[in-house]
Amino acid sequence: MIDIVRLHIGELAFNIIIILVKTAIVFGVAMLHVAYATYFERKVIGHMQVRLGPMRVGYHGLLQPIADGLKAFFKEDIIPSGADRPVFVVAPLIAMFATISSLSVIPFFDGFVIADINVGLLYIFAMSSLGAYGIVMAGWASNSKFSFLGGLRSSAQVVSYEIAMGLSLVGVMLMAGSLNLSEIVKAQQGYWHGMFLIPQFIAFFIFTVGMFAETNRAPFDLPEAESELVAGYFVEYSGMRFAFFFLAEYVGMIVMSSISVICFWGGWTLPLFLVNALPFLGEIPGIVIFMLKLYFHIFLFYWVRATLPRYRYDQLMSLGWKVLIPLALVNIVVTSVVKFFL
Amino acid sequence: MKDALRHRELTLNMGPQHPATHGVLRLVLEIDGETVVKCTPYVGYLHRGTEKLCEHRTYLSALPLMDRLDYISSMANDVGYCVAVERLFGIEPPQRAKFIRSMVCEMTRISSHILWLGTHALDIGAMTVFLYAFREREWIMDLFEMLCGARLTVSYPRIGGVRNDVSQEFLDSLYDFCEEFPSRIEEYETLIDQNRIWLQRTKGIGVISAEEAVNWGFTGPTLRGSGVDYDVRKYFPYDAYDQVEFDVPVGKEGDVYARYRCRMEELRQSVRIIKQCIEKLPKGPIMAPDAPKFTLPPKDKVLKDMEAMIHHFVMLTKGPITAPVGEIYSSVEVPKGELGFYIVSDGSGRPYRLRLRSPSFVHVSALPRLCVGSLVADVIANIGTIDVVLGECDR
Repeated sequence: MIDIVRLHIGELAFNIIIILVKTAIVFGVAMLHVAYATYFERKVIGHMQVRLGPMRVGYHGLLQPIADGLKAFFKEDIIPSGADRPVFVVAPLIAMFATISSLSVIPFFDGFVIADINVGLLYIFAMSSLGAYGIVMAGWASNSKFSFLGGLRSSAQVVSYEIAMGLSLVGVMLMAGSLNLSEIVKAQQGYWHGMFLIPQFIAFFIFTVGMFAETNRAPFDLPEAESELVAGYFVEYSGMRFAFFFLAEYVGMIVMSSISVICFWGGWTLPLFLVNALPFLGEIPGIVIFMLKLYFHIFLFYWVRATLPRYRYDQLMSLGWKVLIPLALVNIVVTSVVKFFL
Repeated sequence: MKDALRHRELTLNMGPQHPATHGVLRLVLEIDGETVVKCTPYVGYLHRGTEKLCEHRTYLSALPLMDRLDYISSMANDVGYCVAVERLFGIEPPQRAKFIRSMVCEMTRISSHILWLGTHALDIGAMTVFLYAFREREWIMDLFEMLCGARLTVSYPRIGGVRNDVSQEFLDSLYDFCEEFPSRIEEYETLIDQNRIWLQRTKGIGVISAEEAVNWGFTGPTLRGSGVDYDVRKYFPYDAYDQVEFDVPVGKEGDVYARYRCRMEELRQSVRIIKQCIEKLPKGPIMAPDAPKFTLPPKDKVLKDMEAMIHHFVMLTKGPITAPVGEIYSSVEVPKGELGFYIVSDGSGRPYRLRLRSPSFVHVSALPRLCVGSLVADVIANIGTIDVVLGECDR
């Protein structure tokens, strides 16, 4: 059936259709995940804080994300009179598209990736840096001092933590010998441990800290520090534009978690010794393994948010530059030396 | 050209509507980057003219206004006012009333301190502590409701005693609370006490030396965090505080963390005081026999008995006619610090002048001293650490 279609419309058109279908699937699933990530965040944190979370809309509040989405959609779109209008309008779109397009290089299971490019990891970094522009522009264009400070904090934070994160992944690149995300997953299968988490635990630690900073989540939620800057860079945004930032944040969480799963947790695979010991584990589809690992990371975001206080701006900077970056450099040297001699 | 390169600070208006300014405090900050260069507090957004209102009310009917000063610790304010009026009139409340008052004051201290802990932690970003703290605060509110029917604005103490006696059921529930609460304090401490981020955010922030703190007029835990061992309950005891044992926790460093530790220890001391009050609670009347002018006659008598009705009418319109001429300053230790009442009486049934010395006002005035030179995030920590309630600050 598929072959007949391919013959009729030609190779190129067929590939384009396949990519479009994959994009639609990934986009749809990701949007659904974002919607229910907000729900589970409220539920998880709610139960950690001896309360119930959303309970009213639907059974145990299950329809809450849909109600929230509808509300955001129908809300009045307010643009402050002093705002820089074009920049104000464009900023949330940049933030959202930058993070959503990162999803295109992530292999969710064996062979399922929209764009299997050789510099996948670099692409992700490029896109997440681009996302910071959205935040900076939003902070600037709102013509509000609180958002301005939020935007400044964000740019400083993203620049510093991008470096630490990038350096931490160099160790993974060295071990895998590739920047292609599918290759990185496959490379992990070649080792006895089956996940880079074990040899690259320093890198994993740095990446995890960087992951929180990169997505502006607690304890590094300084750009939107509720008690200091009210809501930071999106204080003037309302309705759908606010929802775009929200979307960007949650897609960012999913992307960063996926990178962590791919680079440190073996992606859609399980360690070989585990599968050899318990053969039925080999029967689990890759997507399930990937998703379970992803959900664990998302849960980690919530867990940390419910537990830790917020860092101060200068403390965040000194942690990034004085602790994480030197540590990442040491990790690179050690990994290189070990790799050279073994 | 020169003008274009002129260096100018950014003026940031924080409040009166801001999530971390605890009510309606307004701070105008001048910031250079994130460093605060100048900080000017503006107060008065919650000014209701309490002092002036009191001049037009009888001594008894001024009492509900005291609930609304520091609405988080209304019981302690009421007790403070009653103690002041009693000292003016020379009334001695019975022992049982004294113990009950000390007991409810300490309950208020617990409720105020855990509210402070929750909001302070929330400001610094630890969200969960806030909800844990509110769980226990709810418990105390329920106990207040059981005691007098009101949860927040209680108006429970009366001049010369208390409004109604405590039931055995209430005492039992309160004792259960005292048994359970220390473990809850440990729960809060597990979350933040040794947390590295919490320590970084609070240690060495908002430091003020003992001498300077005294000169600024600090009182309460804000002063004791700097190492000054001053507590009205110990030095000028009122009610039953001279009959119970408790320690006054004192800090050393005078920073946000030291004040945090002081308040946490005070929670434990309050539990200790409440337990002693329950154990030592004597039998007897709850209103002073020589304070009939402050006790409303029972309602059923007012409707049937001539004397009682006249009594009721006179009390609510003229106030006590036998007020002595003179003036008095009396202060009590409310959770925020020393709350002072200066009353001038001209012999009529109303105070000629009533002046409140509110700890929050004094502490807010020291905010520039604490904030200048620190970062914007520290301003939030400093607002939290002085524990202001604007109802009392603006009066």
